Amino acid sequence: MIPLIFDIRRYSINDGPGIRITLFMKGCPLRCKWCHNPESQSPEVQKLYTASKCIGAQECIEVCPEDALTLTPKGIVTDYELCTLCGKCAEACPSKAIEMSGKLYSVEELLAIIEKERVHIDQSGGGVTFSGGEPLMHPEFLIEMLKACGEKGLHRAVDTSGFASTETLLEVAKHADLFLFDLKLMNPVQHKKWTGVDNRLILKNLKLLAEKEANINIRIPLIKNVNTSEEEIREMAGFVSAFPGKKPVVNLLPYHNIASGKYKKLEVPYDEGEMGEPTEKEIQKAVEIFHSFGLETEVGG
Amino acid sequence: MTSSTIKTEKIPERPAGAVSNFSSTEKQNNGPGMNDRIRKLRKQSVETQESLSIERALITTRFYKENEGKYSVPMMRALNFMEICKQKTIYIGKEELIVGERGPAPKSVPTFPELTCHSVEDFYVLNSRDQQRYTISQEDIDTYEREVIPYWKGRTMRERIFSHVPQEWKAVYEAGVFTEFMEQRAPGHTALDGKIYRKGLLDFKKEIEAHIQRLDFLNDPEATEKLEELKAMAVSCDAAIIFAERHAGLAEKMAETETDPERKKELKQIAEVCRRVPARAPRNLWEAIQMYWFVHLGTITELNGWDAMNPGHFDQHLQPFYEKEMAEGTLTRDEAKELISCFWIKVNNHPAPPKVGITARESGTYNDFTNINIGGVKPDGSDGVSEVSYIMLEVAEELHVLQPGNSVHISAKTPDRFLNAACKVIRRGHGYPSVFNPDAYIQELLRQGKSIQDAREGGCSGCIEVGAFGKEAYLLTGYLNVPKILEITLNNGINPLTGKVAGIKTGDPHNFQNFEDLYNAFLKQLDFVIDQKIRVSNYIDQMFAKYAPAPFLSVVIDDCIQKGKDYYNGGPRYNTNYIQCTGLGTVTDSLSVLKKHVFEDKTFSLETLLNAISNNYEGEEKLRQRIINRTPFFGNDDEYADEIAVCVYNDLLAAIDGKPNVKGGQYHLNMLSTTCHVYFGKMLGATPNGRFSGKSISDGTSPSHGCDTHGPTNVIRSLGKLDQVKSGGTLLNLRFVPSLLKREKDVEKLGHLIRSYFTLGGHHIQFNVVDTATLLAAQACPEDYKDLMVRMAGYSDYFNDMNADLQQEIIDRTENENF
Repeated sequence: MIPLIFDIRRYSINDGPGIRITLFMKGCPLRCKWCHNPESQSPEVQKLYTASKCIGAQECIEVCPEDALTLTPKGIVTDYELCTLCGKCAEACPSKAIEMSGKLYSVEELLAIIEKERVHIDQSGGGVTFSGGEPLMHPEFLIEMLKACGEKGLHRAVDTSGFASTETLLEVAKHADLFLFDLKLMNPVQHKKWTGVDNRLILKNLKLLAEKEANINIRIPLIKNVNTSEEEIREMAGFVSAFPGKKPVVNLLPYHNIASGKYKKLEVPYDEGEMGEPTEKEIQKAVEIFHSFGLETEVGG
Repeated sequence: MTSSTIKTEKIPERPAGAVSNFSSTEKQNNGPGMNDRIRKLRKQSVETQESLSIERALITTRFYKENEGKYSVPMMRALNFMEICKQKTIYIGKEELIVGERGPAPKSVPTFPELTCHSVEDFYVLNSRDQQRYTISQEDIDTYEREVIPYWKGRTMRERIFSHVPQEWKAVYEAGVFTEFMEQRAPGHTALDGKIYRKGLLDFKKEIEAHIQRLDFLNDPEATEKLEELKAMAVSCDAAIIFAERHAGLAEKMAETETDPERKKELKQIAEVCRRVPARAPRNLWEAIQMYWFVHLGTITELNGWDAMNPGHFDQHLQPFYEKEMAEGTLTRDEAKELISCFWIKVNNHPAPPKVGITARESGTYNDFTNINIGGVKPDGSDGVSEVSYIMLEVAEELHVLQPGNSVHISAKTPDRFLNAACKVIRRGHGYPSVFNPDAYIQELLRQGKSIQDAREGGCSGCIEVGAFGKEAYLLTGYLNVPKILEITLNNGINPLTGKVAGIKTGDPHNFQNFEDLYNAFLKQLDFVIDQKIRVSNYIDQMFAKYAPAPFLSVVIDDCIQKGKDYYNGGPRYNTNYIQCTGLGTVTDSLSVLKKHVFEDKTFSLETLLNAISNNYEGEEKLRQRIINRTPFFGNDDEYADEIAVCVYNDLLAAIDGKPNVKGGQYHLNMLSTTCHVYFGKMLGATPNGRFSGKSISDGTSPSHGCDTHGPTNVIRSLGKLDQVKSGGTLLNLRFVPSLLKREKDVEKLGHLIRSYFTLGGHHIQFNVVDTATLLAAQACPEDYKDLMVRMAGYSDYFNDMNADLQQEIIDRTENENF
């Protein structure tokens, strides 16, 4: 299956070495409560509606073949019982208040897009990062892209939750130069509570990958009341530092709630609940703990 | 996954207030260059209110009243310069090491009534306006009204020129299609090479003398004219030497009564330096800097051409002195830094002479556009970066003053260490340094016919325009409002804002069958405008050559002495006129809308579009939204739009490049806007690209504001498609928010972005590192953000000194935080 791409980001400077281009694939088996790209979760096309951009042109209503749209004082409302996600409304909307998230690209099209960034990639020692969603949900396409990029001498990074079959992961590892591997929580019960899945497979995969001497950057989203306790940080640091061979770099990514607007666009509720931004002190404390385990740590990608 | 979990963090704002600017909230290893002396001098420079001095005008008027008709024009100019140097109040401030002011005290600006004479009303406006205020006393205004204004009535260069321009020119000018460059100063663009560090003015005088001896009065019909010009050059050398001697005398006198032994020693040293330079070549760093400063002062006292005066590759010029003295043990790095800091403050003490009349709207700033070139390549082609380059970056960062502007020059040979050091200064968000590509501009200069040696010794002065330093007069002749030309084309020669004729009839747009018809009409209109522009520019050039020569400046620009000709009269080795074209983004996007929606896809008719435009899109928001969201725009590496941009750029070149000027040189294209895109926007109705009437047009070669939605790498690739080496400078403004430059490696990546732009042939790039919240806060509470400096379009300015439109524009620019 060919995955949908929901974003292509250039001058990507937080997803691996150099200046990169990052492709975001749609579809993720996790449901992290803090997810910053809620449109990345479903592998299907989704509709995004930005009320502030809507000028009430109503052209969407005119073109909708299912009569699924109505104009209300709050803006355009979609009846998802009727909507077939055909995308005609997005095409008709003059102000891009309605946009469809998720676009099909062929391997060739993506390679052409990547190739345009060549001058920046060559200059900076950058490359391509495959992100998501979860790129490992689409192993065939991912491997094809990785191989093709490899043939062009491009540095390839895969940004993953690690929640995939071990076999898939190891196959991908043959064609990737770097993993940006997410580590969220060590406790399986807590992990399930916050992300919807158990973490045993993830931890096993990560360890295995390390044993195979893959290049790994560990990425830890730091979220207050989720994983900022000293015990939790120590446990993560202990786990990572026990890897054989070269120690991975740890990137701490402090949470902030900029994504709430995106949930609104998807017309999905966002419940921040007890999650919060870590304090500067908590961030520094985490850095110190990782350092004390002999791990190179930086804040930000 | 969590690809955007990066916490945005503001670089701590420096607290407002003068002194606090020195002590960054971040730990810095800048060393002790910012010592007590520099702190005090800087505080004085920053806090002194700009004022007007009528002293120069009085001396000049008296001299002209008494002597008009007695001497040749060049001699009149030289003798007038001599009078000023002899009579003007001189000033040596407490703690100063580098001395000399154009006015009687820091920040006091003289006027140039022989060029353009301020009216009493002008003074009232200048004295009371909120921004760019220049104070003047009622007594001085009365004196000016009595002594100065009556004499110059009808005699100023401005009046003599503008009473003779043709009606067609006036019509186009008044429509806001182009500007003139005669608001308050002489034409210019002057930067020096290294000769004043090897020769003193006495040496130049010997050369002048030798060339007088060689004049062939029997066979050369111009011999007498040349004699007068050469005599005038010799007189102006004497004048500058006398000016320096007076400072030596004053310093000696002050030393006699000085009780502090340290300062007494310094004053004696100042006296020694001023006895030495500019008469003879400098022997050490102090003398070298003072040498340049006297030449600088001489030039801006004589006429104050555009962009004042530039030292050119100042780090390269100072490097031999620095290295020699360091080796001999007579200088420490800190002392060198202190002297360079003193120089920096001197430049900041010299705001631009204020404009007259309504033209202040076109470009209002205190900035006199001296731009220090740092880094680059040497005349032999080797890397020009030295320890002095690093010191200058430190000084620029620590002093954080409006002037001088500074730029770093990054060739393929420039070490990454220097680029990185420059990027760290850029990150501070002061709006400087701007970044230039010598590998591109050397090609530009070679293409214009310079020798390889002269091209390498060239660089940028003022904003982004390039020339061969010390050997060229490269005059800006005024800005061109390219989108306005399209507007007039769409109205068949009429300015729709006034209903007046502002061009030629190029056909009723409704009869255009296809995009080519429209575009060809635009080109005809363009040619007409350029012809008007050049016709009057040539006339202005001749008027200056005849009536306002600059003999002092001519001494230091090759080959004026050899030719016996003035800087304004073809004396320099190279003589270029630039026409600065503005609004490439706006015109490209507008043409893209016309091509795609009207002629190709027929999304809407030309009539619908023209109606919407003439109503400023009122009631047409649907159409406007479709335009701005559904059209390929410049700056996104989109072939459709970029092809149009390349086409317009090439046609601007075709219309301008290589046309002869009256001094044996040529016209060339320049893509500069300074702040003129704001004025041009005011003179322009709504445009086909969805831009509302009155809003500013795009600057330089930057994309239209907010239309570059694919991030900086795409902007750079779009710009890379223009064959930039055929211009004399392009300008790219990118705004970065601090969060993109937080970590060390982010700064390195900025360096990579710059290098990749230069790989694609980019000429110049500059960054505004600020976030919107900071700007909005600055607008709401200006007094807390007095030190907020932003880079506009070729230079830096204080945010608070900008008018509301400019401020808004800065805020509107695309933020590259998410793309």
